[in-house]
Amino acid sequence: MKTLSKERRFETFSYLPPLTDRQIVAQIDYMVEQGYHPCIEFNETANPEEHYWTMWKLPLFDCSSSQRVLDEIRECRSEYSDCYIRVAGFDNIKQCQTVSFIVHRPGRY
Amino acid sequence: MPKTQAAGYQAGVKDYKLTYWTPDYTPKDTDLLAAFRFSPQPGVPAEEAGAAIAAESSTGTWTTVWTDLLTDMDRYKGKCYHIEPIAGEENSYFAFIAYPLDLFEEGSVTNILTSIVGNVFGFKAIRSLRLEDIRFPVALVKTFQGPPHGIQVERDLLNKYGRPMLGCTIKPKLGLSAKNYGRAVYECLRGGLDFTKDDENINSQPFQRWRDRFLFVADAIHKSQAETGEVKGHYLNVTAATAEEMMKRAEFAKELGMPIIMHDFLTAGFTANTSLAKWCRDNGVLLHIHRAMHAVIDRQRNHGIHFRVLAKCLRLSGGDHLHSGTVVGKLEGDKASTLGFVDLMREDHIEADRSRGVFFTQDWASMPGVMPVASGGIHVWHMPALVEIFGDDSVLQFGGGTLGHPWGNAPGATANRVALEACVQARNEGRDLYREGGDILREAGKWSPELAAALDLWKEIKFEFETMDKL
Repeated sequence: MKTLSKERRFETFSYLPPLTDRQIVAQIDYMVEQGYHPCIEFNETANPEEHYWTMWKLPLFDCSSSQRVLDEIRECRSEYSDCYIRVAGFDNIKQCQTVSFIVHRPGRY
Repeated sequence: MPKTQAAGYQAGVKDYKLTYWTPDYTPKDTDLLAAFRFSPQPGVPAEEAGAAIAAESSTGTWTTVWTDLLTDMDRYKGKCYHIEPIAGEENSYFAFIAYPLDLFEEGSVTNILTSIVGNVFGFKAIRSLRLEDIRFPVALVKTFQGPPHGIQVERDLLNKYGRPMLGCTIKPKLGLSAKNYGRAVYECLRGGLDFTKDDENINSQPFQRWRDRFLFVADAIHKSQAETGEVKGHYLNVTAATAEEMMKRAEFAKELGMPIIMHDFLTAGFTANTSLAKWCRDNGVLLHIHRAMHAVIDRQRNHGIHFRVLAKCLRLSGGDHLHSGTVVGKLEGDKASTLGFVDLMREDHIEADRSRGVFFTQDWASMPGVMPVASGGIHVWHMPALVEIFGDDSVLQFGGGTLGHPWGNAPGATANRVALEACVQARNEGRDLYREGGDILREAGKWSPELAAALDLWKEIKFEFETMDKL
């Protein structure tokens, strides 16, 4: 028997081992297939009541290459390595956000 | 020019079909349409029985009355416009009836049901009767506001994207003190569930008064939220003996900053439910709907109301979540039918498809959708099938499947959350959850001891996916 340790979590995929770049690309491929527009956002804190993190540049509209998104994630990581970074996805048909998952935590990776 | 019926008043009883059987009628876009399954009593022709259903659920009564002649019956009567025998079943038919829009009060599910499923269900000429489906015309839909928030606003409020949400009903359902109850809630939520739930039986009994429960649960939510950094909720059951008491409990939940409350829409009734839904919309509180009593109404194949009608009525009346079955472990027919009414709950436009029990094309005119809740008798091994069947816009509730974990609630919750995320990740990577579900769980069990213990405790389930394709 084990006691579950106390740990901060970051919503979708934060109960999995940190996603590798290859796994991140696979998730972005899925988003693009669904017609969602990827967007990278970062923040110094990750609190439940904070709806908005700061956008890294603009959402990648008409993005057909997941590699391009990964390049942006890497650039964001190197510039804001002390921040949390997540990938969001927007569905302009349903007119809403449909995806969000964590891709970087401060002091990790 | 006088109409034929106004030519003179003749007292007495005349066949319903003379007035209410109108096979040449083409339904209007503004008509409310209903499909009934029925068996007439011996000696009653199907057309007469179908016309009787139309009559008794609209303007008719058993005998002619002189005041009929003061109204425009053709404008107000229900019209039975189509009857078909049900293949393979003796003396069973579908009757299709069109009701003019003017028969119903705007924004009142109560009024619609009182008309359509009122006295007619005890009518002597009919041996059995079941309301299979209703098409609500857009003109009527637009008089309702529906779910207080709907699926997308709920996701935005709770910051939950790209996966089903996870819940758990706290057990034992009766007998825990408020503080012990709150502890069970806290352990579940800190382990990774999004929601916990009051059992429907829990209202405000001597062993646990509602106000005490609300206070301790609020503490559990605030603490688990602060520790995990994720948004948490508990469906606080505000179902009560009177509407005033229900509102009082809802107000207190809001005062405590609780994101969601719960209501039993059938036992409490549609009037109470619609009032509560309006309050929830005005006060920014989500509304979870339980369906106690539904099986009394919807279980018999030949008599009652199909659940798809109750679900559609709930969407009009208002609710953000609705219990809608789990599919897994049940008959295949149930899967097609369940997915049919899950679409009716979530989507904006649903095409008629008799193989899924959808008799009419339904347009919801942008009314928000209701999140289906799969709850009861499910555990981690069901996860791949549940994710495949219900998709992201659903709440999966593991009661025993969380609390029954050998290490307790928190590890039980983690096991389910890990299983869920592993399945969603794998699905997005293009893996087949039906075929590879077991492998996906076992792979995750290698790095998650909580999941490994759960996989060990409960038995793997084999799915017969061949029959799935037939649907």
